[in-house]
Amino acid sequence: MRLLKTIPVLAFVLFAYSGSVDAQCKAFAKKECLPELGGYTHDGNYHAAVLVEGEEAELYKTFYSDMEYRIAIVGEDKLPSIEFKILDVNKNVLYSNKDKDYAPTWDFKLQSSQQLKVVVKVTSFNKPGDTPASGCVAIMFGFKLKK
Amino acid sequence: MNRKYGISSGILVVLIVILGLSAGCKGGKKAAQKDVTVDMPKDNTEILQDIKQAEKIFNALPSPLESAMLIKSAGAMFEDNLLNPVSNVNTYVTNKSMALNLGIYTCDLSIASMYEQTQLLIDYMNAAKKMADGLGILKAIEQADIDKLEENINNGEVIMDIVSQTFMNSNSYLEDNGQPATAAMVLVGGWIEGLYISTQLVDMKEFNGNKLVGRIIDQKLSIDILLDLLNSSKGNPAVDELMVQVAKLKAVFDKIKIDTTPIRPEYDQASNTTILKSEIKTDMTPPVFMELASTVMEIRNSFVK
Repeated sequence: MRLLKTIPVLAFVLFAYSGSVDAQCKAFAKKECLPELGGYTHDGNYHAAVLVEGEEAELYKTFYSDMEYRIAIVGEDKLPSIEFKILDVNKNVLYSNKDKDYAPTWDFKLQSSQQLKVVVKVTSFNKPGDTPASGCVAIMFGFKLKK
Repeated sequence: MNRKYGISSGILVVLIVILGLSAGCKGGKKAAQKDVTVDMPKDNTEILQDIKQAEKIFNALPSPLESAMLIKSAGAMFEDNLLNPVSNVNTYVTNKSMALNLGIYTCDLSIASMYEQTQLLIDYMNAAKKMADGLGILKAIEQADIDKLEENINNGEVIMDIVSQTFMNSNSYLEDNGQPATAAMVLVGGWIEGLYISTQLVDMKEFNGNKLVGRIIDQKLSIDILLDLLNSSKGNPAVDELMVQVAKLKAVFDKIKIDTTPIRPEYDQASNTTILKSEIKTDMTPPVFMELASTVMEIRNSFVK
């Protein structure tokens, strides 16, 4: 009987916890990632997820010619460095922030419109035996307004 | 003691099951990708392969604000008669129509803000608020946001911040509250509205070399992203209906050929910006454009009716 009473309570607690993690990710994205866009206008899209050490996420987006973009990718402090790469449709790497000391932003523009792939990877602390760190990673895009 | 142990084990099992289900929900985007059935162009086969393998996938359509920016930067003139009248707001009562029209009104208010149409901007913000409220999206657009808009009506930067923030609030609320299908419908509504307004603004007498036509052709690059986005909520009847409509649109986009040369990244130290250089060749003819415009109009009219 006690178990029957416990199940719904546990289910509720876990569901509420899951929602609260998502809400925390949104708050983190707003507080830590959005300011990284600096003078670029945030496009309004929101991409954030809880990732674990070594885990990857991918994002597909079309970028337009003659627009000036900034991509900002930020992870919570408890995570190791966040690596991101930009690839074209033929999987050629166009940029990797690993070469720039894991810089959280990259400014770019395109001569012609392209669909690009953003690959985000949480690197590892390389501490075997430790519980892998996990935390929010947020991806945001900004563009410069044209008069 | 044994009984206590039994209950603890039971709780453990329940925890594992619930955590497993929870993880399954979180990875829903990945799982749903296995069901992709819409035909993809050959050059996107490899991308689709990657999609099946990745841990977390995001499909990013141009936001309404970006669509509005693309229209304005192409030099198009503002025409308020192309926007969905705010008087239609009370006719949207289903979840699907409210979601699509939240996207549509957000696109319209983005366009009004880009073209500094201050009164229209406030009217459309109110219409979007009504849609967001109807969908139960808490705090997406609050009266305080509308008051702040009115107070800063001549401050373009503040206006853009409010517009992008309200869109982010609705988008994130739906994603975070297990409503990805509704979130996808909002994005589809906004994207179709931007495409509809763009196609209607093209002057056929100045078709060749028209920058806006170029922007419309560019949307072919997003049609597979759009289908992937919808595909992740396949099985939802409203989404399934949209997939049929979008597949019709894709069939027209498939008549347009886009050839690009390999991308050469060039770093400009002075501006600390990388320029991705490549040349593009496209071949949209006026008849294909007319077919595209008519298909887009048919879809958009079905959204706003």
